[in-house]
Amino acid sequence: MKAAIVVFPGSNRENDAADALERASGKRPALVWHKDTELPSKLDLILLPGGFSYGDYLRCGAMAARSPIMREVIARADKGTAVVGVCNGFQILCEAGLLPGVLLSNAGLKFICRDVHLKVANSQTMFTNRYSNGEVIRFPVAHHDGNYFADADTLKRIEDGDQVAFRYCTPEGETVAAGNPNGSIANIAGVFNATKTVMGLMPHPENATDPATAGPLGGSLDGKPMFDAIVDALAK
Amino acid sequence: MKTKTKRKSWRKPNDLMGLAPAEYDLACDIMGREPTYTELGIFSVMWSEHCSYKSSKKWLKTLPTKARWVICGPGENAGVIDIGDGDACIFKIESHNHPSYIEPYQGAATGVGGILRDVFTMGARPIANLNALRFGDPSHPKTRRLVAGVVAGIGGYGNCVGVPTVGGETNFHASYNGNCLVNAMTVGVARKDKIFYSAAAGAGNPVVYVGAKTGRDGIHGATMASAEFDDNSEEKRPTVQVGDPFVEKLLIEACLELMATDAIVAIQDMGAAGLTSSSVEMAGKGGLGIDLDLDNVPARETGMTSYEMMLSESQERMLIILKPDRIKVAEKIFAKYELDCATIGHLTKTGRLVVRKNGKVDADMPIAPMVQASPEYSRPWKPTKKRKPVDAAKLPKHDPARVLQELMGCPDLASRRWIWEQYDHLVRGHTLQRPGGDAAIVGLPGRRKALAMCVDSTPRYVHADPETGGAQAVVETWRNLTAVGAKPLAITDNMNFGNPQRPEIMGQFVGAIKGMRKACKALSYPVVSGNVSLYNETNGQAILPTPTIGGVGILKDASKSANLALKDAGDTIVLVGATKGWLGSSLYLREMEGREEGAPPPVDLKAEKRNGDFVRGLIVKGQVNSCHDLADGGLLVGLAEMALAGRKGAELSPPRTDNAYLFGEDQARYVVTTKNAKRLLAAAKKAKVPAMAIGTVSGHLELTLHDGVRISVDGLRKAHEGWLPAYMSQKN
Repeated sequence: MKAAIVVFPGSNRENDAADALERASGKRPALVWHKDTELPSKLDLILLPGGFSYGDYLRCGAMAARSPIMREVIARADKGTAVVGVCNGFQILCEAGLLPGVLLSNAGLKFICRDVHLKVANSQTMFTNRYSNGEVIRFPVAHHDGNYFADADTLKRIEDGDQVAFRYCTPEGETVAAGNPNGSIANIAGVFNATKTVMGLMPHPENATDPATAGPLGGSLDGKPMFDAIVDALAK
Repeated sequence: MKTKTKRKSWRKPNDLMGLAPAEYDLACDIMGREPTYTELGIFSVMWSEHCSYKSSKKWLKTLPTKARWVICGPGENAGVIDIGDGDACIFKIESHNHPSYIEPYQGAATGVGGILRDVFTMGARPIANLNALRFGDPSHPKTRRLVAGVVAGIGGYGNCVGVPTVGGETNFHASYNGNCLVNAMTVGVARKDKIFYSAAAGAGNPVVYVGAKTGRDGIHGATMASAEFDDNSEEKRPTVQVGDPFVEKLLIEACLELMATDAIVAIQDMGAAGLTSSSVEMAGKGGLGIDLDLDNVPARETGMTSYEMMLSESQERMLIILKPDRIKVAEKIFAKYELDCATIGHLTKTGRLVVRKNGKVDADMPIAPMVQASPEYSRPWKPTKKRKPVDAAKLPKHDPARVLQELMGCPDLASRRWIWEQYDHLVRGHTLQRPGGDAAIVGLPGRRKALAMCVDSTPRYVHADPETGGAQAVVETWRNLTAVGAKPLAITDNMNFGNPQRPEIMGQFVGAIKGMRKACKALSYPVVSGNVSLYNETNGQAILPTPTIGGVGILKDASKSANLALKDAGDTIVLVGATKGWLGSSLYLREMEGREEGAPPPVDLKAEKRNGDFVRGLIVKGQVNSCHDLADGGLLVGLAEMALAGRKGAELSPPRTDNAYLFGEDQARYVVTTKNAKRLLAAAKKAKVPAMAIGTVSGHLELTLHDGVRISVDGLRKAHEGWLPAYMSQKN
């Protein structure tokens, strides 16, 4: 598998993502600076990492979405190359129009960093096929603007098209307000594009892949199946 | 001192920019004439308490700063220690108290930015931030706004730069009503042979300015931070800097990229007193002069004077001495990150600072006399009167269940989750022990080892007995590092005190230093960096003396650590260390009796070392299942914290169940749990460490005492987790 991580000014989880991909594939992905106008050839996966691109000074992700490299990312996505956006990367994909909806400020208007529980909503994709539908997993979140929103028509299209990847839930798996950390509509934590080749999510699967950080007081390893699935699907 | 230079009449004391009249005379002597307006500004900030340490220097010099593993002690931007494998750990703590009180968000944010720069200036990749915060009484009308603003500021900056904020402490006390404390610490890692220092070298070498543009913010910030507050302090808001964490993030990456080349001769961040202190310190350390042409300084606004440019504390700026043939290398890197990179002068052999603007010389002053002749005061000090111990037998008795419930939910012990969940404590992916434990543990990529870090101080002890309290602050960090299995290596200290011109305040400072010195020596735990913040007073009301200690330790094998969570039902609970039941200056006395009195618990450094070394040995050998040091609130509070973290209960049968035994704050104690109590107790006996089994871990969410007391863990959790969110959601 050949993967590249796009680094924007202000990205800060590019190495976390590279570590997770390396753990799963044994290969360190290339880091591509946003001003480059070309991506490496024959890429299987493009990942947009978490962080504060351009300081989040305009709408989160809005400036990065207009960065030179994004034209290329959009072109590759249109040709079917797998694209994953995590946290700020998810915001960028929404701003770039590769994913539906938009991320607003958290309902509590505060930055939130903690583990959250997620219910797998669609396990029939190259990103999620190591999970089962309805499975409850645990990833950390670390964001100020993770409140997913889509208008009624878009939401219907997303739901009808099985485009929801994960929903926030309680530890028991109930997708109710108590399990929703940021006010996201329909508890949506991550979505796919219509063809399920692009995925964006606010929580950080890459920070749930290292045995050294997992434990009763620490994180989980629930992100590992996602990276394993991606590597598996793209290895051929 | 005698005045050789005649002073003009127009400069009244109010025109001296915070200099004492005698200091102004000295400045005139050094110049051989009266300083210009710009020169006076430079003298004023260089000789401010904040930059010159004029009241504290004499005592700071007495602190132990050396050990086999110390690479660089105090005097540079940060301290450097050897952590093996060719790696070095670089760390420092710094206060941003005064600005945070005036403008909490920006004050705290720029505090984080400043300490980050101190660390990456030396070539380190910052890997963790910590902070120690002190606020006034929760019922004071300003407290809630300050907590909200400071926490948001720390998060806003630290989260954006991508450095995890992994630990800290927060306390409330009425003495901080008019002066909150914001102490920020950064820990970084570099290769031992790639450390950058600030001493300039090579006359003729270019002086290069990089980073953000200079504006009119923070002018005279260092002077403001060297004075008391009064009712009009908010008028000082223009002296507070404004931070831009996005530029800081770019600056970190650009500087580290430049540092990987061979272009840099010396580098220093522009912190307090901005361009003035960075240029004067760099040239001064190198025994050189420096010529600055301010017309080349990237400016945010037009028409800035030399005075404003030299004193601006605009953030996210660095000064670099480059090798002359490497300017292009630097320009290319900074262009990549869209940051300014401008040659604004060069080094000279004159030993003078010459500042030019619009072709005119606005300042021309000798550097060495200004630095070396900077005032150093031997301020009169009065020892703090010793207090008598509190006789616990004479205190009213309370139901331990009610006491525990109250203590776990009191402002000083309630959970800080509301705070640390606003900090990204996971970015970089190497946070091995998250906030909420005794110390944070941060892993190093590609290494077996990990660093442990914490910040601590118990100001009520220092107030009661500065020497004991100073020693206790050091010891508590040592104990917290030990409790996670780390070998404590060195500390950084942040001395927050009132007005040093008052002998009783100076007495607190001197006492605290003496105690710290003893503790550092006994534990081979030197001071490698630090910061002093004096004049934390408003209308003559001083803060509790607060020497905040930041400790760093190492775990040779990251997988051999401990945490405080109770693990398996049936494990034996062992109390390590001697318990007499010391209630003087305890949280119990304050919360239950409303009394802040009595001598604080004595610190026995030999017992600390012996007990701590024993406990660390158990952790490294994998013989304990959990470990927690005992501090505020004593034994029962410690056990409650372990039960909450592990979602377990405990059946307890301690030898005594009186309030003093259960809530006394005797030092040098730990609680550990083990599957093999017999082996552990035998080893303790052999090591001459007091230890006894006091109960077992249970699966029922209840703490029970053998005399019938039963305490619900869920009830404790409600009190513990509930207080801060409830408090912060109220409206004033």
